Amino acid sequence: MINASVDAKRWRAREHRREVMFQIIGAAMVLFAMAMLTVLLVKILLDGYARLGISFLTEYASRRPENAGIKAALVGSFYLMLLTAAIAVPVGVGAAIYLEEFARRSWWMRLIEINITNLAGVPSVIYGLLGLQVFVRTLMMERSLLAGACTMALLALPVITTAAREGLRAVPRSLREGSLALGATQWQTVRHAVLPVAMPSILTGVILSMSRVVGETAPLLVVGAFAYIATLPTSVFSPFTVLPVQIYDWISRPQPGFHQNAAAAIIVLLTLLLVMNALAIYLRNRLQVRLA
Amino acid sequence: MANRVSLQPSPPHKGGVVEMKQVAVQTPIPAQNRRRVRIEERIARLLLFLCAMLGIGTTFAIVFILVSESLGFFKNVSLVEFLTGTRWAPLFRPQAFGVLPLVVGTLLTTIIALLVAAPVGLIVAVYLCEYASPRVRRTIKPTLEVLAGIPTVVYGYFALTFVTPLLQRFIPGLEGFNALSAGLVMGIMILPTVASLSEDALYAVPNSLRYASLALGATRLQTTWGVVVPAAMSGISVSFLLGISRAVGETMIVAIAAGQQPNFTFNPLRAVETMTTYIVQIAMGDVPHGTLEYSTIFAVGLLLFVITLGLNLISEAFRARYKEAKL
Repeated sequence: MINASVDAKRWRAREHRREVMFQIIGAAMVLFAMAMLTVLLVKILLDGYARLGISFLTEYASRRPENAGIKAALVGSFYLMLLTAAIAVPVGVGAAIYLEEFARRSWWMRLIEINITNLAGVPSVIYGLLGLQVFVRTLMMERSLLAGACTMALLALPVITTAAREGLRAVPRSLREGSLALGATQWQTVRHAVLPVAMPSILTGVILSMSRVVGETAPLLVVGAFAYIATLPTSVFSPFTVLPVQIYDWISRPQPGFHQNAAAAIIVLLTLLLVMNALAIYLRNRLQVRLA
Repeated sequence: MANRVSLQPSPPHKGGVVEMKQVAVQTPIPAQNRRRVRIEERIARLLLFLCAMLGIGTTFAIVFILVSESLGFFKNVSLVEFLTGTRWAPLFRPQAFGVLPLVVGTLLTTIIALLVAAPVGLIVAVYLCEYASPRVRRTIKPTLEVLAGIPTVVYGYFALTFVTPLLQRFIPGLEGFNALSAGLVMGIMILPTVASLSEDALYAVPNSLRYASLALGATRLQTTWGVVVPAAMSGISVSFLLGISRAVGETMIVAIAAGQQPNFTFNPLRAVETMTTYIVQIAMGDVPHGTLEYSTIFAVGLLLFVITLGLNLISEAFRARYKEAKL
């Protein structure tokens, strides 16, 4: 009896030690992830802040790192984002509307759904090969802004469709039933009753997907965004460059001056992403207030 | 007749509930109007259907292009040579088309990434789900989301200019481009994927299991690792598989930090080239279109596509089973 209680005490002490140990390990791992993020941001800020300035934003790329700027890349990223959104948003939202509002459950619909999930998992560089063959060569868009935007639109479609479906699903059934009961057709119901309500959350998803487009590099390298461009795009058929491609180009040069430029351009890119994400969060919060 | 003239088709898209009331008031709807509405309905439905079909079309286009462009390649190089050759040198004489160096390069960086992301991700998930206070969770989860949102080219810069020099201080034989630092940083990149999907799986484990285990006298730690984690295992496997799939398809980190030389080596201290890096390298170079050298990127792309598709399908199957188990 006495022995057993001593054993139990020992057992309890040991288990308690283990418990504490795991808590320490768990906290350490969480801190590790946070520390990595901090180190990454600090390293980039330290490397790049000296190069930041108005001239860095208003100069074109140059052979000399101290003269180089990101004007073409920044404007290119902006144009690419707008053009990609113009292509991908109607199609992505349309697909979501069809799947949520019109389609009946069937093996065919299930196939479309599985397909969208799988498309989201295809490596982005494969989309680059697709864009290279379809848009650049077959449709003869050459290495243009339009070819890049079409490629990025295909890449963004699964994300937008998924986000839009979630937005549509959150619209209460009663709204649809009310509209249908008043004699509106299904499309009229979607157009006038469902979409306006779902719009803010769809918009949030769109902005988040565009922040992925802005940071994407590999497919654009494959479809041929040039880093060395000294003009702004004048039409959708102009050659172009974007921020991540410019960053990659600078990183792959050996001179440390270009690495500084890369870090400075990364700061600009991350700031852009931060603004977009803040906008998305702002919209999301506004939506929550409205529905409540 | 007069009725028909006075009743205009409902003013388009003023939005909201008000207009739906108008629709109701406007009965009886004139035949002409009704036809217009029906045509509009049909057109809308068709367009929306086409939008939904574009995804299927994309998949077909990917498969078609990869296969048709690879055909030219496999006319000249046998599948056996491609899959078992240990030398990859399409641009040098004598040419060699063994893809294994690229596969091993991909495998090596992926394994290193998984060695970081799997244990750290799982422990973070367990800690957040079973131990952390709600306040800590609210702080950590957005941080992980930030990590997931950082463009991979930024991670590449970090690997090349920070992690490699840091490691070189401790490992003298480390090359300037190496699989190790690319893999480690890739592990950090997929960490949020693994952690957040694992956490979802752990969170979905019903509390009754935890209570039963605790009631039997198990400690919290024993309950966590003996009951909750095994119960969530299929969901955790999905998170690992998706992490692997992302690591295999990841391009920029390895293109920047792992090098662009197809060495057939398992030594993480050396430079390697992954399948993704090779595709970017050739597509950016000046290899003329239509040559055998050029068609290699589609053969490599096809292999990459098959591998990631396989991983995604397996994880989809796991997920389906995990959903079933919940019911």
